[in-house]
Amino acid sequence: MLPSPKSVGRFTLCLAAIAMGLALVAAPFFTSRAIIQDMFGLLTLLILAMNWNMLAGFAGLVSVGQQAFVGVGAYVMFAAIILFDLDPLLAIGIGGLGAMALSVPMAFFAFRLNGAYFAIGTWVVADIARLVAGQIKALGGGTGTSLPKGTSKEMIGVDHIQALMKISGAAAADALVYWLALALAACTLFASYLFLRSRMGLGLQAIRDNSAAARSVGVDPLRLQLAVFVLCALGTGICGGLMFLQITRITPDAAFSVIDWTAFVIFIVVIGGLGTLPGPIVGAVIFYALQRAFADYGTVYLILLGAVGIGTMLFARKGVWGTLASRFGIDILPLRHRAPKRTAASPRPRATSVTASH
Amino acid sequence: MIWLDTIMQGILLGGLYALFAAGLSLVFGIMRLVNLAHGDLIVLAAYLVLVIATALGFNPFAAALIALPIMFAIGWLLQSLLFNRVLDDGILPPLLVTFGLSVVIQNGLLESFSADSRKLSAGTIEASSVSVGPVSLGITPLMTLGSAVIIIWLLNQLFYRTALGRAFRATSDDAVTVQLMGIRPKKIFAIATGIAMVVATIAALYLGIRANFDPSIGPARLLYAFEAVIIGGLGSLWGTLIGGIVIGLAQSFGAAVNPEWQILAGHIAFAVILIFRPRGLFPRATD
Repeated sequence: MLPSPKSVGRFTLCLAAIAMGLALVAAPFFTSRAIIQDMFGLLTLLILAMNWNMLAGFAGLVSVGQQAFVGVGAYVMFAAIILFDLDPLLAIGIGGLGAMALSVPMAFFAFRLNGAYFAIGTWVVADIARLVAGQIKALGGGTGTSLPKGTSKEMIGVDHIQALMKISGAAAADALVYWLALALAACTLFASYLFLRSRMGLGLQAIRDNSAAARSVGVDPLRLQLAVFVLCALGTGICGGLMFLQITRITPDAAFSVIDWTAFVIFIVVIGGLGTLPGPIVGAVIFYALQRAFADYGTVYLILLGAVGIGTMLFARKGVWGTLASRFGIDILPLRHRAPKRTAASPRPRATSVTASH
Repeated sequence: MIWLDTIMQGILLGGLYALFAAGLSLVFGIMRLVNLAHGDLIVLAAYLVLVIATALGFNPFAAALIALPIMFAIGWLLQSLLFNRVLDDGILPPLLVTFGLSVVIQNGLLESFSADSRKLSAGTIEASSVSVGPVSLGITPLMTLGSAVIIIWLLNQLFYRTALGRAFRATSDDAVTVQLMGIRPKKIFAIATGIAMVVATIAALYLGIRANFDPSIGPARLLYAFEAVIIGGLGSLWGTLIGGIVIGLAQSFGAAVNPEWQILAGHIAFAVILIFRPRGLFPRATD
């Protein structure tokens, strides 16, 4: 049997995705260090955006406190390296666990607040975390601290990469953190897809669309939302560790910056397309391009960004990806479930089956 | 006697926070809109008062009188052109639009006025104080608390004694049915946001006289204001005043122990109250 046109489309798409993935993995072998650093920046933004999109776009949890997880992930990583002399790679993982550990009491507190007040609750918790971080004298208090010189070069695996690619230690460290970010981004995307396609993901979207109706068919909102909140804290925390390993200097204000780690991320997702999986990718690329083009204009750039965000909400609420997808009928990484097919033998179902869509 | 002094300073500071929060409480009570740009709008009002005072050589209090109608118009326009378009579809669009507005205002102010901190100088009244028993109280903090009480009393009168207040309450209860009675909810909302901006201007006046301000301080004021609204209980204006005083007291005690703990103490008081009373101290509206 010949493949249908639709499955041919999917097949080409798969090939394109694999080729793209291979190119991204191989990038450090054929591009300059500056480009790798740029792509690292883009990937970390993408990871933050995908995590926020899971929370706000799928779980109905509009968090304005993502900087808490970035900051705690980074601070715990700095503590593990500076105070306990651990390998940076291990320290990043511990940072992620630290962010995850914060997310549990944060959820206990913020989940009491409905809707919009949840946003404020998470913001307040993030501000508490920032102020507490400023009290840690061992990590420089309010003025912050730096990693010992050359920390990232001592990471496990850097010397192998250095020998293999015949590049400087610093370039090898850049390549390693780039691959880590790429792996984390790929994992986040893949895990989000699998999760959303699963029974639990269906339940999650049902809660977002109508909490009462979802509960009436036996979906437990609290358990599912908590699971997503905690997992997103882990991803965001690891990402925070990665970013600050490259920045090498930490202050409470930088690590817990609401503008850098939450506002930008919100704009990325909103412009790209909230509640779709490709949305954050499209948004991150647009954001990054705008940033490269207008970064010299500083405040004017931020005004423009805010205005574009407002404009998107007013005129194209589905964002760039959502608008394109509905206009041209494309659906990469589809989350819709088809209704079960009726065979000739089976009787017509009495009630119409419920299909979940976003 | 130092504790008595700390308590008094805390209560007076609470008056300022209640002024920050009253506009927010009003808008939330009527249309369930959470305005994340409220703090930045207060800072915008402070700059507006500053500009009028410098340009015309006025005292800040006189300048604020001119700023009041301008801020009412800004609130009215924001609601008509922006917020009304995103109210119908869940909590996310209004949150994101007001968040975007916050970034626009903050950076707009930064572009026009630079990051230098400014202050409104009100002359000799700033330094004068009265002695009440063992403690001495500043005149402007007393005026701040007094204004907060008067404004909340006036807002309550407006709410429960006037035709406009009746329209506010009816729209808040059922924005569809009021249309059968000849009320247009979107116009009511625009007036409400205008009034909220009038209150924000008065808050800005006392903020600017009390301390330095710069374009970046809006979000922190927003958090204090929200904490006051939530502690007080949604929809209760007197509750908002009490909420402001609770935050003021907590910050004042925190600062007395260690100046670095001022903000932290306020946040922690908020968290603790919310754990024991999730709906605030005097809840009126259900969300």
